Amino acid sequence: MKRDKHLFVLLIPYMALFLLFTVLPVIISIFFSFTYFNMLEFPRWVGWENYSKLLWDDDVFLIGLKNTLIFAVITGPVSYIACFVFAWLINELNPKIRAFMTLVFFAPSISGNIFFIWQVIFSGDSYGIMNGLLMKLGFIYEPILWLQNPDYMLKIIIIVQLWLSLGTSFLAFIAGLQTVDRTLYEAGAVDGVKNRWQELWFITLPSMRPQLMFGAVIQITSSLAVAEVAMALAGFPSVQYGAHTVVTHLVDYGTIRFEMGYASAIATVLFMLMLGTNLAVQKLLKRVGE
Amino acid sequence: MKLAMRLRRRVNRSWQVDIVLLLVLGLFGSFMAVPLIYVINNAFKPLDELFIFPPTLFVRNATLENFADLFQVMKNSWVPFSRYIFNTFFITAAGTVGHILLASAAAYPLAKHKFRGHKMLFTVIVLSLMFSPHVTAIPNYMIMSVLGWMDSYQAVIVPAFAYPLGLYLMKQFMEQIPDALLEAAKIDGASEYRIFWQVVMPLVKPAWLTLLILMLQMLWGTDGGSFIYSEQLKTMHYAMGQIIQGGIARAGVGAAVAVIMMVVPIVTFIFSQSNVIQTMASSGMKD
Repeated sequence: MKRDKHLFVLLIPYMALFLLFTVLPVIISIFFSFTYFNMLEFPRWVGWENYSKLLWDDDVFLIGLKNTLIFAVITGPVSYIACFVFAWLINELNPKIRAFMTLVFFAPSISGNIFFIWQVIFSGDSYGIMNGLLMKLGFIYEPILWLQNPDYMLKIIIIVQLWLSLGTSFLAFIAGLQTVDRTLYEAGAVDGVKNRWQELWFITLPSMRPQLMFGAVIQITSSLAVAEVAMALAGFPSVQYGAHTVVTHLVDYGTIRFEMGYASAIATVLFMLMLGTNLAVQKLLKRVGE
Repeated sequence: MKLAMRLRRRVNRSWQVDIVLLLVLGLFGSFMAVPLIYVINNAFKPLDELFIFPPTLFVRNATLENFADLFQVMKNSWVPFSRYIFNTFFITAAGTVGHILLASAAAYPLAKHKFRGHKMLFTVIVLSLMFSPHVTAIPNYMIMSVLGWMDSYQAVIVPAFAYPLGLYLMKQFMEQIPDALLEAAKIDGASEYRIFWQVVMPLVKPAWLTLLILMLQMLWGTDGGSFIYSEQLKTMHYAMGQIIQGGIARAGVGAAVAVIMMVVPIVTFIFSQSNVIQTMASSGMKD
């Protein structure tokens, strides 16, 4: 018992802060989602009203939800697979080149929000690198307003999001690949593994299932929370809500209109969406290599 | 012997596919690198080169003018640019050190002592990896105002102490330390605190270098969230936003700030790379 006391002394500072700044906010958020609350008056209980308004009467939310799902369905799997494929390709190189290529792929996600550079690349005048290039090559005759046109906005944000997405899970995969037991490959060759694709499916992937799980959590969470890049590149609110997402809707109600109850309902829906996707994907990943 | 190993390892490879895969790697590698190369070059371009049509990727006559201009421009603003640099450094350093200390301290009992409730605590941590900070932004704002922490450094620094990712990685890494080592220290009469500080912590150096990188990435790019209003407390990221708003006239200066912003995290990563990879190797989630 005395030994346990020491352990709790080590545990408590972190846990206290974790409860205060992560667990408590989630509980508060779920509670407020059932109230009308504008930060001035005392919150008033309204039951499921926020949710029914959100899901049935709020067209802008539905646009945001649609965009978010488009983002998530494209960037989620693509970035996840890209993280793995590039980690796998890099792993075959010799150590010096491997270290260099890891840096090249990891650099965008670590460089502290410098994705604004894409704003310069896709800027709407002929000084923008993309317009300049396309005009020089003769594909277009006058500059395109990339980030004001709802047809291009979403696609550009997806590209930038992919550019930024080789982060934590990419590193986890590189590391995971290096821990795969080498003797398994030799055993595989004896047992009739014929090419690198079979090797990948029957040996490499199952050996790193734990890292694959971890990477999935990180990747799903970030692909459903697209907002910062969208707001920085397409402006807020974006033209015809072309780059509106669940999180920008949340920012709108939470920090501009101060309808905290409604904003909390949006946050809760987002949380449920993340949790559900995570659980489903984890189930799916258990079947890798079977 | 080593060569023989490598040859055997490549038994299942065809060189045609090798070449295709290398091309893929090179192609996407340049997609990743070009925007960064472009910013770095822009930072050194003189004014006339920034606006030639069609735009060029590489600088011809490199100059340091943009960096000099940056400090000139910011000297006339409300607060000197050095203040933004200081704020960013301070928030990053305090948040990172605090996080590493508290997360490691909490990870040790979770990894090495199976007390009652440890499974549930860890499940909550894993669940919390699954939601984005946006979900908790509004209640956090209220908590800060109740605490009276609005417009202060600690509103950004203290919550960073308790990010879940760090504890998670640290715990996974600590689990690999052999129990025998800790038993030996205990027999020698060391207290739990001593074991943690003098046995465990030195062994998990790769893990705290990883937390260093992840926290650096997170805090270095912070703009102070919705908590910081006064100009004197704002960060470099915020200043960068202001400069870029200046549009074309400030294109060179904007690139100069961006280069200053990216140097620190990238250099840190280069120096800690092998340690970071070692930690991430234990990052996995077992079901």
